[in-house]
Amino acid sequence: MRKNLNVIAAYSIMMGLIVLVGIFQSWNIALSIFNLCLISAVMTMGANIQWGYAGLINFGIMGFTALGGLAAVLISVNPVQEAWSAGGTNILLSLFLIIGIVLAVRFVLKKYQKSKIRNYVIGAIIISGIIIIRFVSEPGIEAIEEVNPARTGFLGGLGLPIIFSWIVGAFFAGGLAFVIGKVALGLRADYLAIATLLISEIVIAIIKHEDWLTRGVKNVIGLKRPAPYEVNLQETEWFINLVEKFNSGKLALISDLSERQAALNQFVIEGSSVFVKLCYSGLFLVVVIILLILTQKALYSPWGRMMRAIRDNEEAANAMGKNVVKQHLLIFVLGSAIVGIAGAMLVTQDGLFTPGSYRPLRYTFLIWVMVIVGGSGNNFGAILGGFVVWFLWIEAAPIGLYLVNLTTAGLEDTHFLKVHLIESVPYFRFLMMGIGLLLIMRYRPKGILPEKIEIK
Amino acid sequence: MDFLNALILLLNYIFVPALAYGSQLAIGAIFVTLIYGILRFANFATGDMMSFGTMVAILFTWYFQSIGLSLGFLPTALLAIPFAILFMGLYMLVIDKFVFKYYRLNKSPPVQLAMVSIGVMFVTQAVVRIIIGPSDRRFFDGEKFLIRANDFKEMTGLNEGLAIKSTQVITIIVTIILVSTLFWFLNKTKTGKSMRAYSDNEDLALLSGIDPKKIVMITWMIAAILATIGGVLYGLDKSFKPFTYFNNMLPIFAAAIVGGIGNPFGAFLGGYVIAFSEILLTYAYKKFFMYLLPENMEPNGLIQLLSTDYKFAVSFSILVIVLLYRPSGIFKGKIL
Repeated sequence: MRKNLNVIAAYSIMMGLIVLVGIFQSWNIALSIFNLCLISAVMTMGANIQWGYAGLINFGIMGFTALGGLAAVLISVNPVQEAWSAGGTNILLSLFLIIGIVLAVRFVLKKYQKSKIRNYVIGAIIISGIIIIRFVSEPGIEAIEEVNPARTGFLGGLGLPIIFSWIVGAFFAGGLAFVIGKVALGLRADYLAIATLLISEIVIAIIKHEDWLTRGVKNVIGLKRPAPYEVNLQETEWFINLVEKFNSGKLALISDLSERQAALNQFVIEGSSVFVKLCYSGLFLVVVIILLILTQKALYSPWGRMMRAIRDNEEAANAMGKNVVKQHLLIFVLGSAIVGIAGAMLVTQDGLFTPGSYRPLRYTFLIWVMVIVGGSGNNFGAILGGFVVWFLWIEAAPIGLYLVNLTTAGLEDTHFLKVHLIESVPYFRFLMMGIGLLLIMRYRPKGILPEKIEIK
Repeated sequence: MDFLNALILLLNYIFVPALAYGSQLAIGAIFVTLIYGILRFANFATGDMMSFGTMVAILFTWYFQSIGLSLGFLPTALLAIPFAILFMGLYMLVIDKFVFKYYRLNKSPPVQLAMVSIGVMFVTQAVVRIIIGPSDRRFFDGEKFLIRANDFKEMTGLNEGLAIKSTQVITIIVTIILVSTLFWFLNKTKTGKSMRAYSDNEDLALLSGIDPKKIVMITWMIAAILATIGGVLYGLDKSFKPFTYFNNMLPIFAAAIVGGIGNPFGAFLGGYVIAFSEILLTYAYKKFFMYLLPENMEPNGLIQLLSTDYKFAVSFSILVIVLLYRPSGIFKGKIL
C-alpha cells in the first residue's frame, strides 16, 4: 500500500481536478474532458508499449488514429447500394489486382536470387500494375462519387453496430503497423521517428483525398451511436422520473407549477447530455481497464522481462537467443493496434469522421508529451499523463486568460497589448505543453510516475 | 515551333517553380543536416525555428515600411534579414543555453535530444503565434515579375508565356551565394575544418585542441542564418503562415535524409530531388503532349501521374524508398 501511495495520490488529485471543473464550470464540460482523457489514456498506453517497453519511437500515432476512425466509418455506415452497383465491381476488381500484384512480387522475391534483373522485374510489375489499376478504378471511382455527392458519394460501410469498429480499428492499425514495421524497424531510432512521421502523413493524405472510400474532406457525419440519443431520452418516462428524483430538492423550492415544469424540462435537457456522456465514460472505462489489466500482466510476464532486456541491451538479448527483430515487430503491431482502438473510440464519441482534423501536433506530438510527462514504461504513469496533459490542454485557455488578466491588470481594457494577449490566449496551451515537457525532461526525466520494476 | 512551346511550358510550370522551391528546401535541409552532424540530434523544431526567423524579419519589414525605408524594386524584407538573423541567433543561443546544453554535456542519447526539440517546437510555435498570430501574411513588396507572361509572348511570338517572378530569381541567387559561401567556409577555413573534424569524430577533435564550445556556438549561428534566410525566401515566394512552416519540416526532413543526413552537399541536392519529383509527378502533362503529338493523337485525360493532393506524399514515398534501399542516403551521410 505504501509503495503505491504516490499513484493513488496522483490519481485522486487528478479526479479531484475534474470534479472541480464539474462544480465550477459544468458537469457537461467535466465529463467531456474525462471522456477524452480516457481516449488519450488508451493512446498513451499504445505509445507506452512501444516506447516504454521496447524503446521504439513511433511518431506515426496520427496515422493509426485515423485508421481507427476509418474503421468506425466502414463498419457502422449503411452501405450505399447505388454506389455499389455503379462502381463496386471496378473497385473490387482493383482490390483483387492489388492482391495479385503483392502476390506476384512475393513470388518473384522468393523464387529468384537477388539481382539487378529481379529489381527491374519487380519495378515493372508494380508500375504496370498501378497503371492497370488506374484504368480499372477510374470509371468506378467517378461513378461512385457522382452518386448523390451532397449526401453520400462513397461506398458506405457494412451497417454494423459501431462498437465492432473498435476491434476492426485495431486490426486496421495493426495491419498497417505490420507493413511499416517490416519496412522501417531496422532503422536507427531517429530515422524510425522521421519515417513513421512521414508515413502517417501519407496515410492522412490518402484518407483525405480518396473520396470514394471516406468522403474525404466532405466528412462523414451522423454515425451510429452505442449510446442513446439525447432527443429520445428527453421523451422517455423513466429518465424524466430519474431526473426529477435527482433534482427533487431544487424543484421543491419552486412553488409555481408551470415554472416548476419549465425548470424540470431544463434539468432533463441538461441531464440527457450528461447521461449520454456517462454512457460513453462507462464504455471507455471498460476498455481502459481491460487494456490496463492486459498490459500490466504482459509487463510482469516473462515476455515483459524479455522486452525490457531487449530495450536495455539489444545485443545481449540477441546473444541470449531472443529474436529481437520479431519481438520489435510484434510490439510495434500491438502498440499501434491499441492506438487504432483509441482512434475508433474517438470517432464513436464525436459521431463524425473529419479527415481534415488529423494533425500531427494534436495526434502525435501531444500523445508523446503525455507519455513522457506521465512516465514511460509505467502504465499507470502513461494513463496519468494522458489525463494531466489533456486536462491542461483544455483548461490552458481559461488559465491563460486568468494569467493575462492578472498580469495586465494595470492596463486599460482597450490597451493594444492587452487586447492582443487576450486574442492569443488559445496559443498559451502550446506554451504550457512545451514548457511542461522541457521541465519534466530536465528535472524528472522518468516522468511523474517513474517506471519501477519489482522482482516478484 | 510547337517543340519550343512545349519546352517553354515545361520551363514555366515545372522547371522554374521547382528550382525555387528546391532552393528553399535545400537551405532547410542543410540546416537540419548541420544540427544533426554537429549537435547530433534530429531537430523537430526545424519548421518552427524557420517561422520564428521569418516572423522577426516581417516585424522589421513592417518597421522599415513605416519609416519609409525601401530597396526600390527589391523587397524590403531583404533589408530586414540581417537584423532578423541577429535576433534568431540570440534566440538559438538562449535555447541552447537553457535547454540543449544540459543534455549535450550529459551525453544524452540522440533520442532524448529529439524529444527535447519537440518541447522547443511547442514553445517556439506558441511564441510565434502569440506575437504575430496564426493567420496568413504576405510581406512582399517591390517589383513582382522579372518577366511577365504577356511580355514574353510578344517578345518571342510564341503561344506559351514564361513568367519569372522576382522572388524566384532572388531565391535562386541568394541560395547560390549562401550555399557556396557555406561550402567555402566548411572546406577552406580553419573553423570550418574543425567543425567537420568535430562532426566526424568528437573525441579525436577534442584531443587535437578544438574548442567544442566555439564549434557549437558557430553551428548555432550558421543555423540561425540558414533558418532565417530559408524561411524569409519561402515566405516571400509564397506567404508566411506558422502552420505551413511547421508542415514544411516534413519535406525538409525528407530532403536531408534522401541526400544523406549529416552531409551538407547531399542535403543541398536532396532539396532539388524532392522539389522536382513532387512537381514532375503531380503536373498534368495534357497541354505538353498537345504540342508535341499530332492533332489526331491528342490525349483525352489530364495525363497526370498523381493528383496534386498527393504532393507531400510523393516526397515521403521517395524517402521511404531511399531508406529501404540506401539508408545512408544518396550520398553517404554522416560526414560533414
